[in-house]
Amino acid sequence: MTHRQPHLDTSPKVSDEVRKTTCYMCACRCGINVHMKAGKVAYIEGNRDHPVNKGVLCAKGSAGIMQVNAPSRLRAPLKRVGPRGSGQFEEISWDEAYDIAESWLRPIRETAPEKLAFFTGRDQSQSFTSLWAQSFGTPNYAAHGGFCSVNMATAGIYTMGGAFWEFGQPDWDHTKLFILFGVAEDHDSNPIKMGIGKVKGRGDKVIGVNPIRTGYNAVADDWYGITPGTDGLLILSLIHCLMKAGKIDLDYLAQFTNAPCLVNEDPASPQQGLLLRDEEGNPMVIDRRSGKPARWDGDGVEPDLTATLRQKGVTHRPVLHHMADRYLSDDYAPEAVAEATGIPAARIRQLAAEIAKTAFDAPVVLDREWTDFRGKTHKSMVGRPVSFHAMRGISAHSNGFQTCRALHTLQILIGAVETPGGMRFKPPYPKPATAHPKPHCKVTPGAPLNGPHLGFVHGPEDLCLKDDGTPARIDKAFSWENPMSAHGLMHMVISNAHAGDPYRIDTLFMYMANMSWNSSMNTSGTMKMLTDVDDNGDYLIPHIIYSDAYSSEMVAYADLILPDTTYLERHDCISLLDRPICEADAVADAIRWPVIEPDRNVKGFQSALCDLGARLGLPGFVNEDGSQKYADYADYITNHIRRPGIGPLAGWRMGDKGTQHGRGDPNAAQIDSYIANGGFWVEHVPEGAAYYKPFNRAYQNWAVQMGFYDSPQPYIFQLYAEPLRRFQLAAEGEGRIQPPDHLRDRIIATMDPLPIWYAPIEDSHIDTGEFPVHALTQRPMAMYHSWGSQNAWLRQIHGMNPLYVPTKIWRETGFKPGDWARVSSTHGEIVVPVVEMAALNDNTVWTWNAIGKRKGAWALKGNTPEATKGFLLNHLIHELLPAKEDGMRWANSDPITGQAAWFDLRVKIEKAAKPGATQPHHPEIGSPVPAAPANLTWKVGE
Amino acid sequence: MTELPKTTARKLGLVIDLDTCVGCHACVVSCKGWNTENYGAPLSDQDAYGEAPSGTFLNRVHSYEVQPAEGTAKLIHFPKSCLHCEDAPCVTVCPTGASYKRTEDGIVLVNEQDCIGCGLCAWACPYGARELDAAEGVMKKCTLCVDRIYNENLPEIDREPACVRTCPAGARHFGDFADPDSKVSRLTADRGGMDLMPELGTKPVNKYLPPRPRDAAQDIDILAPYLAPVAEESKGFVAWLDKALSAIPGGSN
Repeated sequence: MTHRQPHLDTSPKVSDEVRKTTCYMCACRCGINVHMKAGKVAYIEGNRDHPVNKGVLCAKGSAGIMQVNAPSRLRAPLKRVGPRGSGQFEEISWDEAYDIAESWLRPIRETAPEKLAFFTGRDQSQSFTSLWAQSFGTPNYAAHGGFCSVNMATAGIYTMGGAFWEFGQPDWDHTKLFILFGVAEDHDSNPIKMGIGKVKGRGDKVIGVNPIRTGYNAVADDWYGITPGTDGLLILSLIHCLMKAGKIDLDYLAQFTNAPCLVNEDPASPQQGLLLRDEEGNPMVIDRRSGKPARWDGDGVEPDLTATLRQKGVTHRPVLHHMADRYLSDDYAPEAVAEATGIPAARIRQLAAEIAKTAFDAPVVLDREWTDFRGKTHKSMVGRPVSFHAMRGISAHSNGFQTCRALHTLQILIGAVETPGGMRFKPPYPKPATAHPKPHCKVTPGAPLNGPHLGFVHGPEDLCLKDDGTPARIDKAFSWENPMSAHGLMHMVISNAHAGDPYRIDTLFMYMANMSWNSSMNTSGTMKMLTDVDDNGDYLIPHIIYSDAYSSEMVAYADLILPDTTYLERHDCISLLDRPICEADAVADAIRWPVIEPDRNVKGFQSALCDLGARLGLPGFVNEDGSQKYADYADYITNHIRRPGIGPLAGWRMGDKGTQHGRGDPNAAQIDSYIANGGFWVEHVPEGAAYYKPFNRAYQNWAVQMGFYDSPQPYIFQLYAEPLRRFQLAAEGEGRIQPPDHLRDRIIATMDPLPIWYAPIEDSHIDTGEFPVHALTQRPMAMYHSWGSQNAWLRQIHGMNPLYVPTKIWRETGFKPGDWARVSSTHGEIVVPVVEMAALNDNTVWTWNAIGKRKGAWALKGNTPEATKGFLLNHLIHELLPAKEDGMRWANSDPITGQAAWFDLRVKIEKAAKPGATQPHHPEIGSPVPAAPANLTWKVGE
Repeated sequence: MTELPKTTARKLGLVIDLDTCVGCHACVVSCKGWNTENYGAPLSDQDAYGEAPSGTFLNRVHSYEVQPAEGTAKLIHFPKSCLHCEDAPCVTVCPTGASYKRTEDGIVLVNEQDCIGCGLCAWACPYGARELDAAEGVMKKCTLCVDRIYNENLPEIDREPACVRTCPAGARHFGDFADPDSKVSRLTADRGGMDLMPELGTKPVNKYLPPRPRDAAQDIDILAPYLAPVAEESKGFVAWLDKALSAIPGGSN
């Protein structure tokens, strides 16, 4: 047949209209262009103008079209009619749903507001939901940070005013060496991929430190397959090498950190280990010009790193001397840590030398003049082009807080924070711990809580304790068990409520948190706790209200369901008051808006809270005449005023001469302006304010103008974290507020004001000889939590999850392709399929998380791969550590922050006969949604 | 059987950078989305929510582990779609002329109106790059987004394949290999771009950039001076500190 070409229209119409909003297929919050045909979603692509993703979009984002048509979408409010866990519901009206909720909530608000526990999962509206909880008056509010990455965030805030992801990012345009420690691949999703592409595109170097070599680690130019839970030890060894070689940035340390601040060394002093302060409480340094003590921020002061001070018989030495005492010790020599970390000493030296070489041989110098807070003008901006990123991999261990502190300390020591080529903060960060609120917990029946729930403590007096010293919060956040739990402990709520420890609650109210499945440790135990009854046959947790958009596993365990919308059917604001979308060079916030209207009787959860708040008469949710204040969430977004001139959105506020940005009055057309601008607002940081943000006068002034704070608040980085020392002092017996005796030793051992490393705490509660293997999960790039695997397209990429076993264990155990294994921990066992993997730490097994599904959930039909070959590692992890002789309930969490220690898990692994499906297998639950279609041929256009 | 054009004016295709591909599947799903809504029949999904979901994809990412004799194992992510071969066996095997290679740009397409769904082309393709759509019964394959790259309804910057536009790591590049100065030609020349299975003589247009050498052990002797100690313990460090600070003129820069 001769060659012939048909006529082809190469310019077909793409869509009727493009509607620009914000993705919610993971927590990354990229801008998306939603192409519409005949009022339906035809195609989704990245928004090129958007500050986060600049046009690109990941697999999840592009599969959003399969999320808005998912058969698992809930259709109407639901009332439970069968026993909890059965999935038997009847659809009810919103009025009836509100009546039921009000009948439970009104009495407890009037008598004991703490009997409501309100936890909001992967909420992106925490500044709103926390306001609602505060108005209700319960101290029991948090989102999911405690089981995610609170260690990273909190260690960052206490050390330098921010951490990674939403707080800061590598200076992708200038960095020459990018080192990635164990990462959760969606934190940050597209920006990390774009950054790695940039660094590699220039031929610069990427190094991965991770037990598992997949994803970003697979493209890393060098890989350190570290033993889980030992990252802190490796980092302290790098610090040892760099300090010993003098490869630290002394000028930077002297000027911009508390390295020159003076530590009281008198063992008899109640101030021992605290910093010397003047009468107003300002930390002091020795001024090199005078040799005398001076305020750290005094005009023209040149802090001295070497001078010691003897005052009133007490010796004070600079922080840096204490660091030298500690880190030059042979305990941190590469040879001393090689065995524990699994990294040979020569390789540790190699990494340290590469950092030293890049930082000090190839500085980035930008010809930009700037003036610091002491009034000194610098002619240029000098940076050390070594940058780091880390999230849950190093965070989700019981030593994670100190490990994250160690990483931030390493960055600061080489002068690579807020300098060109290093790590840069994203406005409104940096913001030191002292600029954040403290936690509040004072309950008054019928009235709001006395302030925001979550915050940063600076000593024992800031803890949330009752008069008798017991925890004020149901999750025991801000108690002696975990004093710095800035994000709460969502993973302890059900366990504590079930045990009545510290007290019983009446209503558990949750949003977007799949607690009876992948969002809990001890999944089977959690299902039991949710269904356990007392002697009268009443549920131990009397009422459960849950809001979700989909038929998740948790739906079956609630009594009342408030059906949420999908992300394309709702208003949202990604607010500067919350977790904004800023970049290092720009402040930005964004909205979601209904690019399609829901075709079901569902309502955005935040709008439902506006209704419910008004019914309950919550202050802030009713007008003076008692009428409803906000018709819906959009009304709140537009009209709520947090502080004078400051609202949820910073763009297009109303000023004297028309619209303005940052501060201003509410503007009725604000959301329309966002829509017209592509769904976001962005304002660039002035060039002279782009680096040295905490110290840079130009930045501080701009930040005030933008409304981040009300007066300039320069500060220095806290290598030495005094708040930790204050808790240690209390545990040593100083002060009025004292910890319980059984916690003293642990507080002294773990709350060190300089970064330390200790072995994961589970190791001391179990026989590590019996359970020698580390077990991890990580999130696939093409799947997110439970919002993914009911997605028709994404489940074809990740429909099952084998356990990946390193070659060494594979051979020792005699595994063959197609085999299954019994994997046991001290808490439980699972039987799962195994696959060999060579690019893996020799003593680590791992799997993808959140793919395993319970039969009957998510509108999936029959024996799906998710239910028969997918599994959760959660069954092996308990929220409590195994009991010691003391009989105490020791949480499986970081003792400083309460971060869930998911990655401390140790297991043993043996061959098992292939069962019918992964074990444990839970019976099918009833589905509250109709059956899914068999086949899809999804085309909305002609 | 169907003839190929003698030559094509341009040779449009992709460069896929295996050094940078993180295996995120963004290209897979973006392709699925665009081509479900556009060119020809939608890419269908069978048993979409059931026990054996199976849909049509024009681009898939495979991951391979490589264990060298010496050194650490590596994981390579390998995206694969039609390579738009110059000597495309899938075209010559077509009994109806439905499969064809465009003279103007070399893109290999299927005219779905003439396709009888016999599947011969999929058998002939050595790369497994064609998939028969189970709902429509026609052969589907990468079109290089022929309905995007010339589309006057799209902004000019968007006139590239959906997979290239979406790739977060920047690992996919689109252009004309007939032009030696094009970005794709230069990338191929600079980075040793490779044909996939050249021994088969299909002359694929798409090229793969091989991963750069990984884990190249830096010579520790070269790096050693960077860690030459200034002190062995704390006291010596403080003495060094004193000296080093004196060398900084007033702490200014």
